[in-house]
Amino acid sequence: MNQVAEKRYREQPSAQERFLADLKALPRRFRETMFRSGAPRSDRTRSTFVFGNVFLHLHPVRTHRWSLRWSTTWGLGIAAISSFFVLLVTGVLLMFYYKPYPDVAYLSIKDIHFVVPTGRFIRNVHRWSANLMVVVVLLHMMRVFYTAAYRVRREFNWIIGMGLLAVTLGLSFTGYLLPWDQLAYWAITIGANIAQSPREVTDALGITQWFDIGGVQKLILLGSEEVGEEALIRFYLFHVMILPLVLVTLVAVHFWRIRKDGGLTRPADADRRLGPPSQETYPIFTEAPQKTYSLAAIVKGKTAIVGDGPEHTVPSMPHLMVGEAAVFMLTIAISLLLAIFLDAPLKELANPAVPENPAKAPWYFLGLQELVSHSAFMGGIGIPSIVLIGLGLIPYLDRESVGTGAWFGGPGGRILVLRAAVFGLLSVVIMEALVIRFGWIRQWWPGVPQLIITLLNPGTLLTVFYAAYSLACLRKYNSTRAGALALFTCFVCGFVVLTVIGTYFRGPNWDFYWSPSQWPGH
Amino acid sequence: MTTDPKPAQPSRSRLEPEPMPRRDFLGLAAWWSAAAALLFAFLGAARLPKAAVLPSPSKRFRVRLPGSLDSGQAFVPAGRSVAVFKEPAGVYAISTVCTHLGCIVKATEKGFDCPCHGSKFNKDGSVVRGPAPKGLPWLAVKHLGGDNFLIDEGKTVAAGTTVVV
Repeated sequence: MNQVAEKRYREQPSAQERFLADLKALPRRFRETMFRSGAPRSDRTRSTFVFGNVFLHLHPVRTHRWSLRWSTTWGLGIAAISSFFVLLVTGVLLMFYYKPYPDVAYLSIKDIHFVVPTGRFIRNVHRWSANLMVVVVLLHMMRVFYTAAYRVRREFNWIIGMGLLAVTLGLSFTGYLLPWDQLAYWAITIGANIAQSPREVTDALGITQWFDIGGVQKLILLGSEEVGEEALIRFYLFHVMILPLVLVTLVAVHFWRIRKDGGLTRPADADRRLGPPSQETYPIFTEAPQKTYSLAAIVKGKTAIVGDGPEHTVPSMPHLMVGEAAVFMLTIAISLLLAIFLDAPLKELANPAVPENPAKAPWYFLGLQELVSHSAFMGGIGIPSIVLIGLGLIPYLDRESVGTGAWFGGPGGRILVLRAAVFGLLSVVIMEALVIRFGWIRQWWPGVPQLIITLLNPGTLLTVFYAAYSLACLRKYNSTRAGALALFTCFVCGFVVLTVIGTYFRGPNWDFYWSPSQWPGH
Repeated sequence: MTTDPKPAQPSRSRLEPEPMPRRDFLGLAAWWSAAAALLFAFLGAARLPKAAVLPSPSKRFRVRLPGSLDSGQAFVPAGRSVAVFKEPAGVYAISTVCTHLGCIVKATEKGFDCPCHGSKFNKDGSVVRGPAPKGLPWLAVKHLGGDNFLIDEGKTVAAGTTVVV
């Protein structure tokens, strides 16, 4: 060994020194390997922070200022996914103790309520988050409709959103049976018989013995002729496995398409309406894009959002992330507060011989139950199908562009929505008042054929009124959007009023009472 | 009219498409057979949700009517959704499952009331008011001697059919 090499060798830190230095650097190195881009302090690291993170890369790197205004979305989409996240966590925790077998199920819920530490709280959070999710999903749909955010490019995402609404309601409904108490048992009995209600029509036509679609639906839903162990395990499987998987898949597609459709809808003149950005806002690109995003020589053509330069956008980290985190925390806070002060209901053990009186479905189905109290088929299947088909057709029939991205945008605008709300409220309230006061066809002519009641009942009449009003608006304003605004507003009013009547004004035997204190003892 | 100097591609009529290359044919055949196999597998699996034997309890059961049963008073056997009546004309049974949405109706002095959506029925089970699409069915009753009867919930009979004791 020559002298130079020997000297260098002697000056090197010993293995022990290096080991200690590495040990000291461990927390820093661990952090660096976890977040490879470093702290999001410069424009560059803010970008890499978003697209280098598997959980954040679903977000755009930069977000338009219009999308970040509270009044654009009210954060409803994020609130929906936040409540789903809470449901996922609390649901898995509940599965530690829940046993899906009749009677045992009820006892296990009692265990969760009284014996398991924090069990009652977690069940409460699960219950109220589920309610919150239904509310938020409905409000989210209203937001998308009223800002005309379903228009060209986004039509199919509206359809996926409807699928998500259906899955959300399905999750709620299947979860309703699991406690196996009186409330659960009779709500599901009614639900299963609604699935069977096409028999109302096939019976009236006398073809049930050849074509019993209703009977098949009920049998597949329950796995038996009545609500029992087979039904419970089916509902459980749907609740904890099938529907959550479907929901997660649809949510992934829903979010992905938002990105591919160019982010949230905004009016064409959004930048002008926003004015120049404030001084505190992080620098904004104003140059036209220098680069076109072709699909990397795989296919010809450009991606959808090319042409929209990144001008008037701000980095998603921190602007979008902070907003999302705020909505997330607010959602959790609401669930927790409700869970602290309100216990999830649990009635006595299910008794197949004695129905609850009144037997009520979860509140968001009580509007339907009000319709069902006139005709099982029309209320439970006919009118909901018409509504769903109508909602699905909206983006394919409204091909206009006036008012996109603006609240109540489109011909007619706020005035039209206000008028439609008055019409929608008046028609449903007057219709219900007349039915409650004077009864319906069968009280007047007891021998009337069932098919006439199925076709001619308060629910179908209301549907016809609403459709006629919508058509009148379509003609008056010479715009499909105006017709859609009128119809959707009427539908919302009808839904709200029927739900309120079903929830607060229906007592034993589904009779009308001004308040539950007037209910006769039973 | 001038003729095109270049020999044009022999134009084929839509009715005589170009013959399909063998490779394409085999490819398509493979796709379609895979699709057909999947379809039939799916159809076979679609039978799964309905078991060949349903877990419901037997619909036939024996009852012993109490001797003190008055005319017009309903006797409801424990755990069954049936009201049994004993009249001078004979014994008959009416199902108490509402024909609307399956709630259990309650026998009253005037007939039957459904607690769920307010359907009301006469003593003979016919609908008086409410959303029920049809009357409560009468069930088959067989006299077994004495006060014992065999009732079959799965078998309906015409309204007014009684068993003379």
